[in-house]
Amino acid sequence: MRYSKKELLDYINVVSFAVDDVKLYLDTHPTDEAAIEYFNNYQKARNQALKEYAAAFGPLTIDTAVIRSEFTWATQHWPWEWEG
Amino acid sequence: MWNYEKRLQYPVKIKNPDPKMAQVIISQFGGPDGELAASMRYLSQRYAMPYHEVCGVLTDIGTEELAHMEIVSAIVHQLTRNLSVEEIKKSGFDKYYVDHTLGLWPQSAGGEAFTSKFFQSKGDPITDLTEDLAAEQKARTTYDNILRLIDDPDIIDPIRFLRQRELVHFQRFGEALRTVQDHLDAKNFYAFNPAFDKAWQPSREGEHNSGNCGCKQNHMK
Repeated sequence: MRYSKKELLDYINVVSFAVDDVKLYLDTHPTDEAAIEYFNNYQKARNQALKEYAAAFGPLTIDTAVIRSEFTWATQHWPWEWEG
Repeated sequence: MWNYEKRLQYPVKIKNPDPKMAQVIISQFGGPDGELAASMRYLSQRYAMPYHEVCGVLTDIGTEELAHMEIVSAIVHQLTRNLSVEEIKKSGFDKYYVDHTLGLWPQSAGGEAFTSKFFQSKGDPITDLTEDLAAEQKARTTYDNILRLIDDPDIIDPIRFLRQRELVHFQRFGEALRTVQDHLDAKNFYAFNPAFDKAWQPSREGEHNSGNCGCKQNHMK
């Protein structure tokens, strides 16, 4: 794993924000080719990073969760907590 | 439907609790121009919106507002963690504490309960989007007011992010309003309500323009 837990979460926040923002732009400019290419690139990066994070540190989304002996989706820390 | 993602849209990490500031910032959770009202406004307005692109704007911004509500809630939570009774009394947080302890409850800074009276869902695309434009500006002003009251960079950082998003949403709602107007009669946008007057449906635009739509309004000239 190239990234620490914090580095990978920061990366996910960055690429996810790019998706959030261009998604709103595409809602009102649905045929903008440059924006569609931007969306496709960041969506791919986000999906890949979410899978890497889930495998290494635990799930951020239920679809990427890798559950073995414990339901880490619930037992790991929650995002509003200061600790963790 | 919705799926939860176990992260904040923008990180919140506040070292020093400050219950006095929490009482002000909680307004952007459950106050009149807060994120809960914003989300409920846009998500409720979708069902009477006849244009798909605009439904996309309402859905995606309404969803982002839920993420903003969580950011505001995390700020309030972290500003009120580990408080002593002395700190609660001294900061004036006692009036909130007596009803909610350190739990989150949607209210305005003045203690007014959250209510759907904070927003409108009028069932008229021009009216609803004009309300949405105003709502984004009101939220922006509230964040500007909050920013004048705080000097802790740990709080300023996520509040600035939220303020910036209001500007982007305002821009997108402006484009959405333009989209609605492009579907309407350019000579009189108010000739009919495209969400109600059944003679005017997007799929029957040709029929309408030919004057055979049966609309009572005299908007064809």
